[in-house]
Amino acid sequence: MTAKGQGRTAFAYLAPALLILGGLLAYPIYQLVLISLYDYGQEQVSGGAPLEFLGLGNYQNLLGDQQFWGVLGQTVAFAAVCVVGTLLVGAFLAILATRVRTWVRMTLFLAALGAWSTPAVAGSTIWLFLFDANFGFVNEVLGIQGFSWTFDKWTAFGLVAAQVIWCSFPFVMVTLYAGIKAIPGEVLEAAALDGASAFRTAWSVMLPLLRPIILVVTIQSIIWDFKVFTQIYVMTNGGGIAGRNLVLNVYAYQQAFAASEYGLGAAIGVVMTVLLLGITMFYLRALKRSGEVL
Amino acid sequence: MRLKTLVAVLGVGAVVACAPVQSGPTSSGTDEQTGQLRVWLFDEVNRGPKEAVVKEAISEFQGKHSGVTVDVQYIQVSSRAERFKAAFSDPKSAPDVAEFGNTDLAGYVSAGGFSELDLGKWDESKDLVPTILDTAKVDGKTYGVPWFVGVRALYYRTDVFTELGLKPPTTLDEIATTAREIRQKKPELIGISAGGKYLFAALPFIWAQGGDLAKSDGGKFTAAIDSAEAKAGVAEYTELIKDDICPPATCAGNGGDASVEAFRAGKAAMTIGGDFNRKSVDASSAAGKYGVVPLPGKDKGSIAPAFAGGNLLGVMKGTQRKTLATEFTQLLASKKYQQKMYTAMGNLPTFTDVQKQVADSDKFLEPFTKTLQSGTKFVPVTPAWAKIEAQAVVPTMLQEIVTGAKNVDTATADAAKTMNAAFTS
Repeated sequence: MTAKGQGRTAFAYLAPALLILGGLLAYPIYQLVLISLYDYGQEQVSGGAPLEFLGLGNYQNLLGDQQFWGVLGQTVAFAAVCVVGTLLVGAFLAILATRVRTWVRMTLFLAALGAWSTPAVAGSTIWLFLFDANFGFVNEVLGIQGFSWTFDKWTAFGLVAAQVIWCSFPFVMVTLYAGIKAIPGEVLEAAALDGASAFRTAWSVMLPLLRPIILVVTIQSIIWDFKVFTQIYVMTNGGGIAGRNLVLNVYAYQQAFAASEYGLGAAIGVVMTVLLLGITMFYLRALKRSGEVL
Repeated sequence: MRLKTLVAVLGVGAVVACAPVQSGPTSSGTDEQTGQLRVWLFDEVNRGPKEAVVKEAISEFQGKHSGVTVDVQYIQVSSRAERFKAAFSDPKSAPDVAEFGNTDLAGYVSAGGFSELDLGKWDESKDLVPTILDTAKVDGKTYGVPWFVGVRALYYRTDVFTELGLKPPTTLDEIATTAREIRQKKPELIGISAGGKYLFAALPFIWAQGGDLAKSDGGKFTAAIDSAEAKAGVAEYTELIKDDICPPATCAGNGGDASVEAFRAGKAAMTIGGDFNRKSVDASSAAGKYGVVPLPGKDKGSIAPAFAGGNLLGVMKGTQRKTLATEFTQLLASKKYQQKMYTAMGNLPTFTDVQKQVADSDKFLEPFTKTLQSGTKFVPVTPAWAKIEAQAVVPTMLQEIVTGAKNVDTATADAAKTMNAAFTS
């Protein structure tokens, strides 16, 4: 087969996947960008007013808005805390799972799967009940009835972060546990024979081997936690007192979609996509430079 | 090279040629006299009595028009925005007649959803309370018939007031002093359950001081929330959400329902509640030991202007049976059926004479009808208001003040800025 023919065959094999990606990814993004360039409200959607092309007007409005930058900073910090928390808790429990007896491990996994499979709305509501100011179990145990967890900006953020970590650590734990289990026994045995301490084995042998997996779960967590909506929306009642617990997604919903400003909402969506792509690219490049094979 | 050019051409073409989709109702022009009339009404917690009255109206209507059937669908209030947006975008799924909240009117009309109504030929329309009929108008044109109204007044606990030897406040200023005194003597009680998100409780304070949310000049709105009068009202209302009356940690996040809930739970000595809250308060621990007075105004004996909430019945623009739809709207909103709806659901009628009738037969309604007759006010009638409400501009302003994040001057100035941005966009 000629090189050209080979290329054609390869393309034919890839075509179905390309088609699906194009339909599910490229087209929506194309629409998103397109809408973000227009003044596109409910009047325009239902034909009550003519379309107006704004060019970058929506972006100008957005980037000129002080609150947007405040919310963006808050979102980044909140996502960072959630990602670090999720990874730490997940990694700790994964290591624990490799060291304990089967029935303990089974219990741990069942509990984690329970948290994982709880729908976000239900999980958030249950946490709210637990931390209710007057009737909550937590306040009862701590003896601080009447203390509102969701009033203060920082306790509210802390509570939501804890909930987010609670429902996302199982993914990290299960993945890392599988990774640890996949490390060949001979490698660890060799390290032990060389007289490496447990810490040394973990740091110099296991960690490098686990890196690709850690990479995947980190990027996944960043993307998830950056896009948190339900937990903030439900637990802080739409962004907290005076909107001080807003994150980007809830902000986009409130400013744009609830207010039928779809053009502005699309602009926020584009900005978020670009940001997340940027973070992912940066992370991948940094890893590539340090010699990791991807 | 050729491929690159092709891609570039395609890309430019795509951006220039394609615009986001638009669709929508255009008047169909036809006006059929038979067939099925589709009606959307709001679902309620206890829908039975409402449904019975509506069924009665339907059989009367079908009796008069042979070959006409009426199909009623009950839609959820909470998802109404999506339902109506979908109906406006796709006339085929739209009803002919719909019930909707009067604060949604301006947005729906500018979306091209409802058609103008000519009430001139309908005798009963003369008796509609003028300020209530105004809530059905945009730019002087009527787009709906007020079906019922809801107004708020001051609920107070008679047992607490008797025990402490207090009288219900008679001026706006007295509300804070009375509430403070109650909490001082009974620290387990909230003086008055006010909420940081309870817009309709805050508005009477602003209006009573002579302020307003916005001023209209020939249909162009500008924010007035930062005027001296409005600021006085805002300051007076936010003073209630302080530790010595209604602690911010409990009250700052509350909207109307949560504020009334505290009163129902017996945790508050006063609250601002509507005539529509009666049934739920009667089914609570406050039952039998509460009274209601009109929310007092600035001067002794005056009443603070209340927000005229309520629902309208209107005819959709895309309807193919406009005459029938208008007739059914007028029948369901008629004096006869408003009277029946009052008996069934406790909904306050929108006709002056019917209001008097029901108030005479039921003493409980007196403070509410008094409030209605002393004059009510409304939020700015412009599609921008829907946006301002969705963005929670006013609640955010109130919450910023009660948490001390901003003072009254800064918070109102910032809110005015956001509102003006919405008015001019």
